[in-house]
Amino acid sequence: MTTATAPGRTSSPPGSPGRPTEAKRKRRPMKSPYPTWFFIPAGAFYVVLFLIPTVASFYFSLTRWTLFDVEFIGIDNFVRFFQEPQLVQGFVNTFIYAFLTSGTKVVLGLVLGVFLSSQIIGRGFLRSVVFFPVLVSVIGVGILFEVLLDPFDGPVNGVLAAVGIEGPGWLTDPSLALFSVAMVDVWSGVGLATLIYIAGMVAIPQEYFEASKVDGASAWNTFRHVTLPLLRPATVTVVLLSLIGGLRRFDLIWTMTGGGPGFSSDVLASVVYKQYQAGFFGLSTAGNVVLFVVVAAIIFPLSWWLNRKEDDR
Amino acid sequence: MVTRTQRRSILAVGAGGLALSLALAGCTAGGSESEDGSVSLSYLVDNGEATVATAQALADAFMSENPDITVEVETRPQGADGDNLIKTRLATGEMNDLFSYNSGSLMQALNPDETLVDLSDEEWVASLNDNFVRAVSTDSGLYGVPMGQSMAGAVIYNKDVYAELGLEIPTTWDDFIANSEAIKAAGAAAPIVQTYDDTWTSQLFVLGDFNNVTAASPDWAEQYTNNEVSYSEEPAFAGFEHLQEVFDKSLMNEDFASATYADGVTMVATGEGAQYPILTFAAQQLMTTNPEAADVVGTFPLPGPDAATNGLTVWMPNGVYIPNSVEGDKLEAAKQFAAFLATPESCEIQAESNAPQGPFVIEGCDLPDDVPAMISDMQPYFDEGKTNLALEFLSPIKGPALEQITVAVGSGITTAAEGAAQYDEDVVKQAQQLGLEGW
Repeated sequence: MTTATAPGRTSSPPGSPGRPTEAKRKRRPMKSPYPTWFFIPAGAFYVVLFLIPTVASFYFSLTRWTLFDVEFIGIDNFVRFFQEPQLVQGFVNTFIYAFLTSGTKVVLGLVLGVFLSSQIIGRGFLRSVVFFPVLVSVIGVGILFEVLLDPFDGPVNGVLAAVGIEGPGWLTDPSLALFSVAMVDVWSGVGLATLIYIAGMVAIPQEYFEASKVDGASAWNTFRHVTLPLLRPATVTVVLLSLIGGLRRFDLIWTMTGGGPGFSSDVLASVVYKQYQAGFFGLSTAGNVVLFVVVAAIIFPLSWWLNRKEDDR
Repeated sequence: MVTRTQRRSILAVGAGGLALSLALAGCTAGGSESEDGSVSLSYLVDNGEATVATAQALADAFMSENPDITVEVETRPQGADGDNLIKTRLATGEMNDLFSYNSGSLMQALNPDETLVDLSDEEWVASLNDNFVRAVSTDSGLYGVPMGQSMAGAVIYNKDVYAELGLEIPTTWDDFIANSEAIKAAGAAAPIVQTYDDTWTSQLFVLGDFNNVTAASPDWAEQYTNNEVSYSEEPAFAGFEHLQEVFDKSLMNEDFASATYADGVTMVATGEGAQYPILTFAAQQLMTTNPEAADVVGTFPLPGPDAATNGLTVWMPNGVYIPNSVEGDKLEAAKQFAAFLATPESCEIQAESNAPQGPFVIEGCDLPDDVPAMISDMQPYFDEGKTNLALEFLSPIKGPALEQITVAVGSGITTAAEGAAQYDEDVVKQAQQLGLEGW
């Protein structure tokens, strides 16, 4: 049973910032101070709640499943899934969305993080204002912005009209819808990135800044050569978290556009959800497996690469 | 290949997981049987305000006539969540003693031969409309009793706008476009209302056109089920073409992309919009939000190429079904309740507690005299037999992405030809899921 505690790759959340090399070093002939049966309760929970559903979903992705009947059909579901006419657009949209939101969160979060960790008036208040959207339910945010961005009665276009600009159909113009949702995503998620950056800033010893001041570095040089490199761990965390979030994003997109108009803001997760709605349980499970593999295939190498660079220095 | 028992246990594990999550969400199923000979039934309906009110009124009337039977009304979510809840409960044998659900292709997806009680031997079956019988039957049985009224997929229009401009009800598509151009030229009202915020409303140009498809090719539905005809070819392709034509000629309301179904009905009621292709259950919405317009909003069929075959595409009402997990005294009581639903008395209660959406499908049931004009306008087509069932009652195949595709075609994102081709691809999944031959 002790060997069963080896990390089950399939069920650990993709991209959890583990250090595989370290784990291997420690694992060797370590003798546990606890008897084996001690692990049974936790192990049972793990098997029932994580291992069985994971294995079951891999099985069901190979079947035609109507809830009444299961028929094993091999990889037909995957073939079918990749023939989905909307899938190519769904993939492209998923990547655009994930990289756009992740990139913007890094830049904005860094700017806000540096700003909010400097000595300014009302710092606590400003920090809470930036963090506030993170506390609001995503569905609530979605519905709120759907109302705000309404092309005819929405306040956003109302304000634009007041200064003489004709606002676009933010969520109804097929070329704009995905970007509008991405911007709302950034608005609601940048608080978390900022928080991580603030924590990173606080962790930098003041001596570095004093030293650079003594050396006569300008504010920009200090930022460029002291702050930025030392914030690297924070950046890695923000990039990984927001990228995983962006690749799996569903709730906000679904409440704001439902993947529409047409299929113009469909992402992988919403394609999968629509198949589930239609009662194609096997097919949508196959889609979930694909989503899992895609997220893992991007996050694992990226995480390894980002963390290795850190170790090298 | 997996053996039958293995399959069973796999099913049980999968369905059990779903059932567990439903149970955790606070749902319970089933009623109880007491010892003094009285029976308690549970009746599951969707949580629409109007549906619950009607169901409760019917249950109360039934209980006052049958004092030893109690009927408890339980509710479920609407839409896909409700569909999945019903499938899960049926698959696990946890279903209520009676439940109300769609007829036609959605009922077929419940696997009725294995999950529902066959009611074809009941006395009231003879009093049902043939179209309804078709919509709740398979080759081996009849499973439902009607709940509510039939309705049409048609165009609702503002009679005042038509009168002011001296327009007549169009019987061909060209007349319809000519009328719309005239309304556009007059400038007061949006000629054709579209409401793509509620994506399902975008499908009416395609689904409501089915009377014209059948007129041109009587066996179309059967050939469609056998994968011999498709939406990329005429006559069915016309629906997609119409959608594109309306966009190309910009005959729609300015805010078509963000308007909702409720907006659409109100627009027609107030004369802000002139014509709106929609299901006539819009009468309920109309009577809730704009009751003053009951006589202003009328109905005409979606016109096709030929004035001679102009007629309504008709949807059948929901059915009430008994799952085959119900046995003994309960089954007898449930059958009694089903028989009660098929009586004129039950029709009267339904018409009183809710604005009707079209004619009843039970012999001896008549609509009250004061129905909205939208509904009374339909009666002549029924009387003259100028009606045809919608495709979903003739073929088990309906692709899940039709509403997104019609939104895309109707907003000019894709062409009619691309849209029809996408939909043909979309239905393949459904047909394969149902295990139909030839797909």
